[in-house]
Amino acid sequence: MFLINYLNHQITMTENIDLTLLDWSRAQFALTAIYHWLFVPLTLGLSFLVAIMETIYVRTGREEWRKITRFWMTLFGINFAIGVATGIILEFEFGTNWSNYSWFVGDIFGAPLAVEGIVAFFLESTFIAVMFFGWHKVSKKFHLFSTWLVAIGSNLSALWILVANGWMQNPVGMVFNPETARNEMISFWAVLFNQVSVDKFLHTLSSSYLLASMFVVGISSWFLIRKREGYMARRSILVAAVFGILASLMTAYTGDESARIISKVQPVKFAAMEALSEGKTNAGLVAFGVLKDSENKIGETKLKDFIIKIEFPGLLSILTAGDRDAFVPGIADLVKGNHQYKLISFEEKKSRGEMARKALMDYKSAVKSGDSQERDSLKGLFSTQSFQDNYFRYFGYSSVEKAEDVIPNISGTFYSFHLMVVLGFFFILLFSLALFYLFKGTLAQNRWFLWVCLLSIPLPYIASELGWIVAELGRQPWIIQDLMPVSKAVSNISSGSVIATFFIFAALFTTLLIAEVSIMVKQIKNGPKH
Amino acid sequence: MKLGQQIISGFFNLYIDGFRNLSSSGKKLWIIILIKLFIMFVILKLFFFPDILKMKYDNDKERGEYVLDQLLKSPDNHD
Repeated sequence: MFLINYLNHQITMTENIDLTLLDWSRAQFALTAIYHWLFVPLTLGLSFLVAIMETIYVRTGREEWRKITRFWMTLFGINFAIGVATGIILEFEFGTNWSNYSWFVGDIFGAPLAVEGIVAFFLESTFIAVMFFGWHKVSKKFHLFSTWLVAIGSNLSALWILVANGWMQNPVGMVFNPETARNEMISFWAVLFNQVSVDKFLHTLSSSYLLASMFVVGISSWFLIRKREGYMARRSILVAAVFGILASLMTAYTGDESARIISKVQPVKFAAMEALSEGKTNAGLVAFGVLKDSENKIGETKLKDFIIKIEFPGLLSILTAGDRDAFVPGIADLVKGNHQYKLISFEEKKSRGEMARKALMDYKSAVKSGDSQERDSLKGLFSTQSFQDNYFRYFGYSSVEKAEDVIPNISGTFYSFHLMVVLGFFFILLFSLALFYLFKGTLAQNRWFLWVCLLSIPLPYIASELGWIVAELGRQPWIIQDLMPVSKAVSNISSGSVIATFFIFAALFTTLLIAEVSIMVKQIKNGPKH
Repeated sequence: MKLGQQIISGFFNLYIDGFRNLSSSGKKLWIIILIKLFIMFVILKLFFFPDILKMKYDNDKERGEYVLDQLLKSPDNHD
């Protein structure tokens, strides 16, 4: 009883949202999302690698391939089991810590996640039993079919949550209903085929395939270092390195496409990724750079300059617009506005956002006063395309006080992005070398290389997490681009409960991670015979 | 109908046999899963993660009004 009273007190809405609450809520979500993402990409990628290996087994009928498949399938199973349902915690947080946001997004999240629940989860949970328990009980072909369905099902699960995230980066296909204070989906296809979502899905999947390939190559290298399971290790490296190279190239291609899309729909994030303070034509692509505070300020926020940088001249202009003379706007242009390039300023966006806010306030007054004509007229206004495009799309700016508040953390976004890209190219090199040594027949002799592969297992995890940090940190202060800042999204609850659950999650996820690693290490040491 | 019943009973037998013949690592894994799900759905969800708007307001109309009020607050007024 005491506990319930205490918790009720903790979740009683307080009068003020303070920065402590906002920061802890963000930290809590970041912690749980980052931990959750430690489990997901291996499931997505390894499921396909296992399916490919089993296909080889069914086609060749060679018993060694069955053994190889079962070994990697066991590791897939451990990761799947430990990671399953960790994403549910994020949904808990939406309802408790981000209730305004959850309400505001309306059915945009509900519809895709419902489809996920029905289709993908059904596919996974049904056929995963056949995959693990069905050896010798169903035909080879039906078993293979089940393995492929698990792979497709788990990848489809990722689609829907990425569609939802894509909408947060680039809200499309909806109309705001002032009566319910919710966004309502008017085009499922616009939401599904949102250019951000499509590219995000492909980029996330290909990077997950890359991660799983590195995992297989790394562990196989360990077997070769220990002079164990040579046949299995070489065959696994062959499959994973080929899959890994294709995935790495796909990751690079979709990453390039992603940057191009971001430059259009989230230009401030793009400028932060390149630490581009002032816009320019013939803009160079920074390959390496170290930042320092600039003398150039917006409000109290200092922009960034480079202490040192290595860049490809003109390449940023070419990559974003296909033309060396194309203008790439910097943060200052995007915040202060630039008439020459038709970039509207923060002040103008704020003014338009405030007009949308005023319309919403008038609607509320009309409801209160019973003026049904005014109410219906204002409700109709919100569903018109011109009002949506010119005013409501800037609604979030009405909640932002100062121009500098729309600038994300430039250093964090820049370094995360560049480290991710460097790692991406490193993986292409590593998989290429693995195949080179394998075909040359000298893989086992190059022990240094085997050690590099083994020690590289964590690197795709780091790259994958950095990708999410770029996506989410670079979007700040918005939770929904231009529509809702995080400060409006957070629930007005006691920060004490958020701090408490932050540490509970930290303990829970750390325990799960330790359990996963220890069970996996034991299973790897046992090898395929067991 | 008989075929349908056979498929369903075959499916359940697959699960039952599978769980009966779990390795020691598999058993350990399932214990971890069950503890995790208990912590998540019983302890965390029930005691720490109520749906705030559902708890505080009786119907969607009230919830919508509350969120609308939050959206309409000016940035310098968090009350």
